Parts: sequence; C-alpha cells; structure tokens
Amino acid sequence: MLEIKNLKARIGDTEILTGLTLTVKPGEVHAIMGPNGSGKSTLALVVAGHEDYVVTEGSVTYMGEDLLGLDPEERARIGVFLGFQYPVEIAGVNNAYLLKAALNAKRRAQGEPEVDAFEFLKLAREKMKLLDMDQALLNRGVNEGFSGGEKKRNEILQMAVLEPRLAILDETDSGLDIDALKAVAKGVNSLRDAERAIVLVTHYQRLLDYVEPDYVHVLSGGRIVRSGDKSLAHMLEEKGYDWVREAASA
Amino acid sequence: MAFIPDKVAEPVSARNDDDIESLVNRRYKHGFITDIASDSLPPGLDEDVVRAISLRKKEPLFMLEWRLKAYRHWLTMQEPEWAHVHYPKINYRDISYFSAPKSDEDRPKSLDEVDPKLLETYDKLGIPLHERARLAGVAVDAVFDSVSVATTFKEKLADAGVIFCSFSDAVQNHPELVRKYLGTVVPYRDNFFATLNSAVFSDGSFVYVPKGVRCPMELSTYFRINAANTGQFERTLIIAEEGSHVSYLEGCTAPMRDENQLHAAVVELVALKDAEIKYSTVQNWYPGDENGRGGIYNFVTKRGDCRGDNSKISWTQVETGSAITWKYPSCILRGANSVGEFYSVAVANNMQQADTGTKMIHIGRNSRSTIVSKGISAGRAQNAYRGLVRVMPQAENARNHTQCDSLLLGKDCGAHTFPYVEVRNPTAKVEHEATTSKISADQLFYCRQRGISEEDAVNMIVNGFCKEVFRELPMEFAVEAQNLLNVSLEGAVG
Repeated sequence: MLEIKNLKARIGDTEILTGLTLTVKPGEVHAIMGPNGSGKSTLALVVAGHEDYVVTEGSVTYMGEDLLGLDPEERARIGVFLGFQYPVEIAGVNNAYLLKAALNAKRRAQGEPEVDAFEFLKLAREKMKLLDMDQALLNRGVNEGFSGGEKKRNEILQMAVLEPRLAILDETDSGLDIDALKAVAKGVNSLRDAERAIVLVTHYQRLLDYVEPDYVHVLSGGRIVRSGDKSLAHMLEEKGYDWVREAASA
Repeated sequence: MAFIPDKVAEPVSARNDDDIESLVNRRYKHGFITDIASDSLPPGLDEDVVRAISLRKKEPLFMLEWRLKAYRHWLTMQEPEWAHVHYPKINYRDISYFSAPKSDEDRPKSLDEVDPKLLETYDKLGIPLHERARLAGVAVDAVFDSVSVATTFKEKLADAGVIFCSFSDAVQNHPELVRKYLGTVVPYRDNFFATLNSAVFSDGSFVYVPKGVRCPMELSTYFRINAANTGQFERTLIIAEEGSHVSYLEGCTAPMRDENQLHAAVVELVALKDAEIKYSTVQNWYPGDENGRGGIYNFVTKRGDCRGDNSKISWTQVETGSAITWKYPSCILRGANSVGEFYSVAVANNMQQADTGTKMIHIGRNSRSTIVSKGISAGRAQNAYRGLVRVMPQAENARNHTQCDSLLLGKDCGAHTFPYVEVRNPTAKVEHEATTSKISADQLFYCRQRGISEEDAVNMIVNGFCKEVFRELPMEFAVEAQNLLNVSLEGAVG
C-alpha cells in the first residue's frame, strides 16, 4: 500500500530524512519509534505533503500512485490521513462543519454523493460515543480551547469519520492520561481491518500495550536502523535508544 | 539493502508568495457595461448645473434653495485629508452630475415594460429582480444609474401605509415629509462629501413607516453605477414613526471601468420613540484592477438619529468593493434607553484602501451601543478601523462595548485601528477589545490534510471570523454576503 524508497528530505538547509525505506501493506500496523530529532514527524509530514519539506531524492508510492506529485488535499482524498502531533486551533470554524466539509470533499472526489447535515451528525455522534467524547465538542471551534486530550481524541474522531486507507498517527499518545490513552487506543483498534494500514509514530512503548503493532521500526538519523516485531519495542524500553545507535553503527 | 530509485522526485518546493499573488489576482466578476444610451448632463459643476438638476427633476422651490445653499457652502470647504487613504486629487469639474436611462420619459409600470437590456444586466449580476421579488417577498426599488426604473410590491406596502419610493417620487408626492426631515440628521453643512451630495444628489430611496406599523417585508434596493464618468450621488431618507419597525437592505455591484468613479452618498435615518430601523448593506463596487486602477471612490455619510426614547438603529455592513472606502455609519443616541449597533465586515484586497468604522454619540440616559468590527486585509491593501464613542455629560449610565478584530492574509497588507473615546459622564461604561490575527500556514495545512482545498479552507476561516456579523444580516442576504466574501478573497492566501 505504501512504498517509501530511499527517501531524502530537508527543511531549509538541514537534511532530516537521509534515505528512508519502508513498506506498509494493507491490514498492517507499524510502529515507528526513535529518539527526538530522528525524523519521525518529518516522515509523517512528508507523506502528508507538507510544503516546508523538500524531497531531494527517493520515492513515495501509495496504492501504485506517486504520492509526491499530489497536493496535500489530493492525498487526503485518496485515503491518506495524518493525525497531528499538535492539532492546530481554528477559531470560529465549527468543528462539525470542518469535518463534514472534509468528508464531503472526499466523497466528491470518489464520485459518491455528499452526506447532508442530518446523516453527518448521526455518523459523527456514533463515532464520538465510541471514543467517549463529549458531544458538545462538535459545536465548538476546531480545537478551540480543547484540552490536550480532547485535541487528540478529536484527531481520532476525524479519522473514524473519514475512514482513511492509510492512517499515520504522529505521537497521538503523547500528553494523554491513561483514560484518554485507552479511549484513543479503542478508537484506533476499532479501525483495524484487512484493508487499512496504520502507522503509529511514538516515543513510548505505552500505546503499544493497547494497540499491538505487527512491526516496530527504529528511526535514527533520518533512516530506519532496525526493524522487528513488538518485542523490539520492549527492548527499547529496557535498553534505551543508545543501544540501537550502537547496534546501528556496529 | 541498497537499491536504485526508479525515479528521482521533483523537489517539492515550499509555496512562495508568488503563488499568493497569482491567486489573489482574480478579475472582477461583474465587470461589464450595459449599452443603454444615457441622457446625461455634460461634465462640470456650477450653480447652473445645480439648477438644471433640480429643473429636470421638476422639484419644488424649497429643494432648489436647499441645493443652492449646500452648493454655496461647499465652495468654502476643503476636501478632508485625515483618513488613512491616498488617491489622486479629484477634479470635481470633470464629473457629470446627472445621468438617467433613456427610457426615463416613459417610466415602466411593470417589469414587462422594463428595457430587456436592463433585466439582462440584473441577470448577469445574479440578481433576477422579478424572481427575487416574487420568491423572497422582497420589494425592490432598483436604482439603475440615477433614476429608479422598477418598483414592486407597492400595493402591499401601501396597504400597511408604508411609503417606499424613489427620492424623486417622494419629493413630488410627499414634499411635506421630505421638507420636515431632509438634512435633519446629516445637515447640508456636515462634511465636504455630504455637502456636495446635498447640492447635486440625483436620486435614492425614501421610506416612511407610520406609527405602530411593522413593515410587512424587507425593503431592498440594488444600486448600480453605470454611465461612464458620472458621479453617483444617492440620497436615502428613512423615517420610522413611533413604535414602528423597518428592515432595509442595500446591495451594490458595478461594471468594470477605467476612470475612477466618485460615489458620495448620504443616508439619513430617523427613529422616533420606540421605533427600530435595521439597515443592512452589502457593498461590492468595482475595487479597481490589481494595481488599483479604475476602482470606485466611495465617500459615504451614513447617520442614524435615535430621536425618541427606547428607539434602536442597527447598521450591518459587508464591504468588499471600492478602491477607496470612507464610511462611518453612525448613531446619535438622543433618546433615553436608545440603542445603537454597528456590525461590520470590511474586506480590502489588492490595492484597496478602506477607512471605515462608526460613531456612537451618547446623549440620552441609559443609551447603549455595540460595535463589532471585523477587518480583513489581503494583497497590498490597507484596512483601517476608525471609531468614535462619545458620551455627553447628560448621558447617565451610557454603555458601550466595542470589539475590533483584524485578520491579515499575506504579508504585504496592513490593518490599523484608530479608536477615539470621549467620556464626559462618570457613570458611563465603555469597553474596547481588539485583536489581530493571521491565517497561519499550519491552519491551512491542517485543512488540506483533511481533504479541503486551500480556497475552501480560507473561506471557511474567513467566514468563521465574520460569523458574528453575518448573524445580524437577514437570511438571504447573509448567504449572498458569504458568497461575495468568498469571491472577493478567492485565493488570497497561499
């Protein structure tokens, strides 16, 4: 589903991704771990099409299509979703309104009829229940005055409503208390199926206790230095990232 | 595991400001000129021109005398220079002060009799007059150039005793009302542009709502500037008698033009005891091209007088057009417990300059006013809010709340706020809040990542920013205003 080959990307003069290769197949859950500054968020943003990052080499294909040639909104409409590490506040724009517009943009692109306000609310309320979310958040401004936990849940709500084929969740677990973490994990697990791939970018093993990954990759210096199954995450927790760095340079 | 990439991707460069520029550069959608021969006066201004205007309109003597007093006073005045706007000197003698569609001699009795070319013009503007009038139940007094050509729903209004007609008709048919109220809110000596208007105004709208009557429909006028090089001097007078209520809608678009067109309108509102006037404007005059060439100069004096106790005047405006806007719809809160409101969205794009705001003059005790101003600047535009809140010594317990927000799109535009507050009564409470924000790249990326195009994202954010003001507009007008804003800012951010 997602094929990243020898991806090099920089922001300004700083090269952040230095030749990253990763293959993700439908139905798989991948965890990307690594120390601060290793390029985890950059990877997520480059796949989503953030224009501050310049791709200098390599390729990213998604379902056979060259992703790098598409605008961010086009990527989103064919099923690429990024759960943001820091969801931005958009004052005055109704949360439900944005989400409905997003859903209908995608449906239009896929030649499906748009949903009306009534159908949309029904769908959104259903998903919110699953996430233990306060329904009132639908009528607030997008992330406006949301707590850290509410923002992250809102990201998962958007994912649940938009039903992407490929979801990249950038540190969705950071800053969450245990209840919020469980709710988020429940939301993510509910979307696991044979057609969908999920990439979890995380610092900690904690989330992986609730969302069990098929593969764990360790990112260091802008490339994947080690891949394994979930036991790799446990080893990292035990030995720290220095162990990976040493192993990589050895 | 090494491999050779099958292709090297083109560098995805950061979006730069050139893109912003190109997106901003949208041509004026309503730019066209209707080919109707105009019966105009030659350019120039002296007492003879004033007399000629009055004569052509077959005005009673008191009108001519009033016009001449204004003209003579105007000769002693200087064009004001305090506003935050810059434009080449206007030569008032190069302007033609009267123009009327040819069909003036034989005024149409119904839409069937209206020049089809004219109806076509409305169609192009997306204002199907008959449709709108019939479906929405709105009475339309369409001002094409300077003379009204279609007035509908007269009967229904007449049943309620409401007078809604062109200013010229009012002068002919209700001279006593015109004489009693004309110039009592905006005197002919008021300011340079209002005085000029008083001397040469061509036409406009007149509304009179009798005591205790709630006007059965929204009253609406579409203004349109058409003939080349013709100053447009509208004059509107609305009188709401004791306990009456009226909502008036004004909307405008203009064809594309090279010459700068001067527009100096005057609007006077009088609300007597317990009366309420709601005045809504959507203004979309030609703003000029990317370099600011050819736009409308809009120097307007709009003022409402809350003359009676418990009266209320509410101004709502959405201003997207004109090269220069100089406009301060104001309220004189004379009556006890009177209420003044000003809700404004002012958009300035490309080279547009806007200096707009309001004045709330508190005289009556317990008078209250609310000001909500939303300024949006894009391109290289300059947008200034200028507001005055004055509490007179006798205005016990006066209250004002002002909220003044600016939104910047792009890096070459400017927002300025000039609030003036004069309080001469210690019991007054005056509050002023102001914010300035920018649409951030992060917000746009967030929306785009959710599949929403950049333009839709900008519209969404701008509309969210303006929500408080749109809420004050009558429903169908709110939709129109929202669309207009979307068009005005098409691609203003990259």
